[in-house]
Amino acid sequence: MAKIGEAGKRGPQVRSDCWIKVELGDELGLRIDLQSKVAGMYGDRIRRQVEEGCRTLGVPHAAVAVEDQGALPYVIAARLECAVRRAGVQPAAELLPPAVRREHGPSAGDRLRRSRLYLPGNEPKFHVNAGLHGPDGIILDLEDSVAPAEKDAARAVVRNALRAVDFRGAERMVRINQGERGLEDLDWIVPHGCQLVLVPKVEDPEQVRAVDRRIAALRQQHGVRHDILLMPIVESALGAWKAWEIAAAGPNVAALAIGLEDYTADIGAQRTNEGRESFWARAQVLNGARAAGVQPIDTVFSDVEDKDGLRAACLEARALGFVGKGCIHPRQIAVVHEAFAPDRAEIAKAQQIVLAYEDAERRGLGVVSLGSKMIDAPVVKRALATVATALQVGRLEADWRQDAGA
Amino acid sequence: MTKLVQNAAGRMVPDAINGAQAVPYQGVGKFRPSGRKAAPPIRTCSDYPPDGNKVIESLKAALQRAGLRDGMTISTHHHLRNGDHVANAVFAAAAGLGVKDLVWFPSASFPVHEPQIGHLESGVLHHIEGSMNGPLGDYCTAGRMRGMAVLRSHGGRWQAIQDGEIHIDIAVIAAPTADPFGNATGDRGPTACGLLGFALADSLYADHVIVVTDNLVPFPCIPWQIQGNNVDQVVVMDSIGDAAKIVSGTTQITKSPDRLLIAELTARFCDEAGIVQDGFSFQAGAGGTALSFALFLRDLMRERKIKARFVRGGSTQYLVDMLEEGLTDYILDGQTFDLEGVRSMRENPGHVNTSPFTSYNWHGKGNFASLLDVVVLGATEVDVDFNANVVTHSDGRLLHGIGGWQNCLASRCTILPVPSFRDRIPVLVDKVTTLCGPGELIDVIVTERGIAINPLRQDLLAKLRGSSLPVRDIRELKAEVEEIVGGPPAPPALGEKVVAAIKWVDGTVIDCVREVKG
Repeated sequence: MAKIGEAGKRGPQVRSDCWIKVELGDELGLRIDLQSKVAGMYGDRIRRQVEEGCRTLGVPHAAVAVEDQGALPYVIAARLECAVRRAGVQPAAELLPPAVRREHGPSAGDRLRRSRLYLPGNEPKFHVNAGLHGPDGIILDLEDSVAPAEKDAARAVVRNALRAVDFRGAERMVRINQGERGLEDLDWIVPHGCQLVLVPKVEDPEQVRAVDRRIAALRQQHGVRHDILLMPIVESALGAWKAWEIAAAGPNVAALAIGLEDYTADIGAQRTNEGRESFWARAQVLNGARAAGVQPIDTVFSDVEDKDGLRAACLEARALGFVGKGCIHPRQIAVVHEAFAPDRAEIAKAQQIVLAYEDAERRGLGVVSLGSKMIDAPVVKRALATVATALQVGRLEADWRQDAGA
Repeated sequence: MTKLVQNAAGRMVPDAINGAQAVPYQGVGKFRPSGRKAAPPIRTCSDYPPDGNKVIESLKAALQRAGLRDGMTISTHHHLRNGDHVANAVFAAAAGLGVKDLVWFPSASFPVHEPQIGHLESGVLHHIEGSMNGPLGDYCTAGRMRGMAVLRSHGGRWQAIQDGEIHIDIAVIAAPTADPFGNATGDRGPTACGLLGFALADSLYADHVIVVTDNLVPFPCIPWQIQGNNVDQVVVMDSIGDAAKIVSGTTQITKSPDRLLIAELTARFCDEAGIVQDGFSFQAGAGGTALSFALFLRDLMRERKIKARFVRGGSTQYLVDMLEEGLTDYILDGQTFDLEGVRSMRENPGHVNTSPFTSYNWHGKGNFASLLDVVVLGATEVDVDFNANVVTHSDGRLLHGIGGWQNCLASRCTILPVPSFRDRIPVLVDKVTTLCGPGELIDVIVTERGIAINPLRQDLLAKLRGSSLPVRDIRELKAEVEEIVGGPPAPPALGEKVVAAIKWVDGTVIDCVREVKG
């Protein structure tokens, strides 16, 4: 019996994706049947890509059917590899798209993480422009947004997206699955430019350490030089109870997040806008994170239409001490950034420090001082970041130095 | 055999269209018209009923009395959009009368007009001069129409009628409300659509004018957007259209984050370019991105307490809200897209009817389009010289009409907010498949990846110097797109046969559409 594997999406509603069916044969070489909405423009290239792809994967004889709705090359590669694997072939090599030139370095533990945009891992149409909306982080999700039967397909798409998509400086995050499947997910993402891994439904620091160990082994195996950071997510009563231990699970933990949909279900409460049912858990996560010296990060706000509600939720989160919020739609990002932006007093203080720093630079002084007080380098750095953020969100004019009398 | 000649834009175009000589495009403002305007025959009221009752029992009878015969040109209009029943009824009646080789001259066609393919096949219709999309577009692009299609802008259609470039034998005007004398309006009645401006030229210049209504009121029909003194006959039908497909109950704004980003960048560009000032004017259509642009602009105007003098465009509830909120003194309306627009036009003296004559006609003593401070338009393709295509898909198939698009290029600042690619199809290309608008009239391209300003607009470039907006070179944007989609697209596989001529606003031929193979 012929071995057959199918992957991807088909039908007139599908956009920027394709469906590929691979039917293995014994001889006769490759037979490619292509239907594509871009056949006239890219038909030849798609055929060539499928031919070369089959060669790389080690599939010399097969009938390959492609129904393409304008999928980008990295998506076609992911679908082809997945179809071949589903046909029962262990590929000779992965089908990797060339890596984009920019931003494959390490992330920084203390970078801004005001917004993190969730993108379903198996929906490539959302990936390519996500960075244009300017989130601090982009999460390619392998967990809850991916149907159980598509986990393997999502891995290939996410791996290729990490390599091929320019996320414009957003931190490149992946949310892995729970347990053993999550550890296997790491094989697909660690060698390909992932900067931070979100670990879901953590209830024990050992879960985080297991992820960290697997990452360390993979880094060594693949020669990945930069650290890969971790953001455990607390989503249960037990997780909240152990918040500090989880946050302190290892040096690569950069932030601790809370996920309230699962948490409220776990404690038997309804999620409300006021959020009294989750106040303890949020405070617990916040204090656990701060005690461990990592960033506390709040849950997502799920009503995309309600901008005022989102703004209020962000201001409340900021008032509590959180530094960021999850986003499920790109239009939430600007609201989140504005709400988490520094207030007037913080900006005024930062302006003074920046002016003092620039003055010291001009005069060739090694030490920055404000009045009689010496300013440490990290404080200057933070003040520069505060001013930059204030400029970015329009709380400071570009010519603020003139107003400040400098 | 049609001879092809090179026009001033470097495009090869036919020197004759359906047997009549055609003038190749000579450059913006270069072609000088001469002579006098066309005019309909002189009539006498003694040939019309003194009681003013011009109602006749059927469309078929009206066509017969109008002297319908082989080879005539019949016009209809698209104000009933995809809900129109009238154009199909006209050609069904004409087929019943056994005539052949008619020319259909619509102001635009919609997918509802697919039955005309049957009449093209059977020989009742010879060819179509008007926009073609959907099934008609495919039919034409496949090279199956006997004659050559001619695509004109709304203003170009007026110009062609007025200049006698096309002669309308019979105009059939669908009227949501009319009286027996032939006065007609679109702003009321069960199939209200707003205004009838697209039919105005036909009512003035056609040899014979038939008004078709499903809402006959006693004389006088007020307002009379179409004057009964120009009308020969009135036909009453059960229903001239499907109200639900004429105007929408509500106009939806886009939820696409990328389109919203493009719209927001466009509004911010207008702000930083100094366009958004008290007394300014803009035009934005009802397309998703244009509508969102108008909303971002509205927010900006509220924040700065800026008021526009007038807004042009297809009106929607959003423009109506701006008018009622006092953010603009006037809406100069070209077509009405939703029920709120229709209501406002009926009730608000600041919501004014316009026609292609006032707004767009190149061969007039000025037109409103050139008075606009800024206009935002769509496009299927834009090339590195800022030339744009609005009628064909990148594979060469006809898919849109020109509408008012070419006419709007006359504005002080023309902005095309477009995605840099759709799925895998690049919008930014080396050379547009079909040239509809010359790059010298297109000032700014706003994409999700950056804003390209035409180097001819050094003033705009200077204003945006030091801006936080992502102003970039158009070639750099195109290169980025090609990196994403995997290289430049292969050119479409086109045949030799010219299936459609694209007219410029002055009646010259700016480009043509070739048959698409396979």
